[in-house]
Amino acid sequence: MSRIGVFVCHCGLNIAKTIRVSELAQFASTLPDVVVAKDYKFMCSTPGQEMIAGDIKEHKLDRIIVAACSPLMHEQTFRKVVENAGLNKYLVTIVNIREQVSWVTHDIEEGTSKAKALLNGAVYRARLLAPLTSRFIDVSPDVMVIGGGIAGIQAALELANTGKKVYLVEKNSTIGGHMAQFDKTFPTLDCSACILTPKMDAVLQHKNITLMTYCEVTEVKGYVGNFDITVKQKARYVDHDKCNACLACTEKCPGKGVSEWDEGLVKRKAIYIPFPQAVPQKPVIDRDACTFFIKGKCRLCEKVCEQKAIDFEQQDTFSTVKVGAVIVATGYDLMNTKPLVQYGYGKYPGVYSALEVERLFNSAGPTSGKVTLRDGKEPQAIAILHCIGSRDKNNYEHCSRVCCMYSLKFAHLFKEKTSADVYQFYIDMRAPGKGYEEFYNRIIEEDVKFIRGKGARVAESADEPGRMIVEAEDTLTGKFIKLPVDMVVLSPAMIPRSDSKDIARLFNLSTDKYGFFMERHPKLAPLSTMSEGIFIAGVCQSPKDIPDTVAQANGAAAEALTIVVKDKMELEATTAMVNPASCCACQNCIRVCPYGAPFFNEQKGVSEINEALCKGCGLCASVCPASAIIARHFTNDQVLAEIEGLMEF
Amino acid sequence: MEFEPKILGIACNWCTYTGADLAGTTRLQYPQNLRVVRVMCSSRINPSFIFRAFQLGADGVLVGGCHPGDCHYNTGNLYARRRLAVTRKILEFAGIEPGRFRVEWISASEGNKFAEVVREFTEQVKNLGPQTKFKIK
Repeated sequence: MSRIGVFVCHCGLNIAKTIRVSELAQFASTLPDVVVAKDYKFMCSTPGQEMIAGDIKEHKLDRIIVAACSPLMHEQTFRKVVENAGLNKYLVTIVNIREQVSWVTHDIEEGTSKAKALLNGAVYRARLLAPLTSRFIDVSPDVMVIGGGIAGIQAALELANTGKKVYLVEKNSTIGGHMAQFDKTFPTLDCSACILTPKMDAVLQHKNITLMTYCEVTEVKGYVGNFDITVKQKARYVDHDKCNACLACTEKCPGKGVSEWDEGLVKRKAIYIPFPQAVPQKPVIDRDACTFFIKGKCRLCEKVCEQKAIDFEQQDTFSTVKVGAVIVATGYDLMNTKPLVQYGYGKYPGVYSALEVERLFNSAGPTSGKVTLRDGKEPQAIAILHCIGSRDKNNYEHCSRVCCMYSLKFAHLFKEKTSADVYQFYIDMRAPGKGYEEFYNRIIEEDVKFIRGKGARVAESADEPGRMIVEAEDTLTGKFIKLPVDMVVLSPAMIPRSDSKDIARLFNLSTDKYGFFMERHPKLAPLSTMSEGIFIAGVCQSPKDIPDTVAQANGAAAEALTIVVKDKMELEATTAMVNPASCCACQNCIRVCPYGAPFFNEQKGVSEINEALCKGCGLCASVCPASAIIARHFTNDQVLAEIEGLMEF
Repeated sequence: MEFEPKILGIACNWCTYTGADLAGTTRLQYPQNLRVVRVMCSSRINPSFIFRAFQLGADGVLVGGCHPGDCHYNTGNLYARRRLAVTRKILEFAGIEPGRFRVEWISASEGNKFAEVVREFTEQVKNLGPQTKFKIK
């Protein structure tokens, strides 16, 4: 006989609107072993929690059922409540009557009767629950940060400043990310390099940061507090320990590769550093562009290198690091706008993508900061087209959030550097950040022309060879516009990095339909993920500007710290165990477990489970032909009882 | 009165259950015939859960897990996929209409898909009428 207390939450009107909560509590009191059943406006509030704790003592309750929001929301909250009241925390059952009942129906009859069925199932299950003992594991004190853009840099520095060791993994040969490509940042027009490069240098100098550039994560093992992460150091063909960064090699190299840094606008050498302020300041060889690797002879770089640092025999190497938590900050790509043929990107030389324009403004860029077209001429009329591929149901539905602002910045810089007329083709102007609306107003006064209408098409001009016509409907005047220009800037959708799928798979992250990593809760846990110990920051989660990215990076650092600051941490007690009396020694469990938790005890002739490795999925319990494996908290009996309860009503 | 089927759902914690929560958070509407049991992984699902549900009078059973390859436990749903395929065959052999049993891979971000599947499946089971083959009481 158990003594069950049932607590039905109104959640204001969220639940009470489509479920008759007092009737539900009344119904609960008629169910077997239920000693007390109550309803209350907000069960998660302090008075609600105190009510539960009080009733546990007053009625000597040994099982608690809370009918409220999803267990993913407040299971932990209520576990704490009962634990503080002296009850084992695994004796709480949450009935999800909000997300899965009251919010998905308008019919109070249907809602109430479904809630009754769910509650009945919970009572049946609760009677069979057993108290469980939590496990504690040692925590590895270091943290890995993946992605060396501003988010990763910021998170790494914050953590390193607390005294924690940080591994910063970057797949390119330098850190800096997209921010290093920009010339100015909105709305303050700070020089991007001036605020970023000191941070890049701080990363390099920091004694607590191990910088792993030109590296990729290839395997992730373990679990929160104890990740074993294998990192591939891609062959640089330059021994960075020997290299003294004289860069004589990059001067002599005859090879030509595409400069990723300048968005393909110019060529770079085959042995190169991406840009003069790169960190580390040491070159790598691009195999695909290297004359030696292509033709089998050259080795000019080797000849000029006094340090004998060039090593054509170098191979990829692998190392494994142990960390307690991980921050993923892999950033974004801009959508490839070539398939949107109506805009002529890749067809007309005067059409540019936003990042290319960033490079044109940049004094370290291909034109040394002069705004010129590909033919070297200065543009006379420039159209900036917002929302290319974003806010577009045919491509990406999301707003990329920063395009309005950087388009305004572009307009300002065009006005500063050229005498061109600048036109903005926008759907809506979105300027919700600090100082953003003020910046917008300033740009309006700078004689930039705003046309409220999405650019529909870019066509070749029939009258003036080399020029283009931008077509759009001005929705404020209702007129169709054909505007001759000689430069078109596209503001494409921001999308996750092309290899973010691999990261998602490695770290078991959920993604939304476009591949952005999903947070554990959109409001209350925006930096945590469903994978315990893995945090996200920056645009890999959703498009955002630099201030928001930095804020998230700081937040993610703090979240990671909450894990690695402790020597030991508690793990869920919901692991599997073997009943040796029933084990038939078939070893199925050992074959299927993805974590290697079950092992065969030769002495006893039965399987056993290493609880430190078990994650509690229950797979082994289902493949055990002898039903000897018990998946704690989800035993056959418990699940079957719940099903029985659900099917009664 | 119109026949209102009882449908058992078994959903994995990380994908389908979270997807179902998302359907709620975004206030998508679907029929209330479904009652969901949460398990940590679809691989936890013992076929006896499904047989038992039909014995207890379920008119349909809907199982949801992560997309193959996206399992929170790496490979759990691949085992589940095979086991559920066999379960389907056994159910058919025992005379349960195939339309009463459905397996869907629904991710945490697919609240829409969850609601859509529940709508469709409920309609389908409704059309099949009450399940009597397995029901023992």
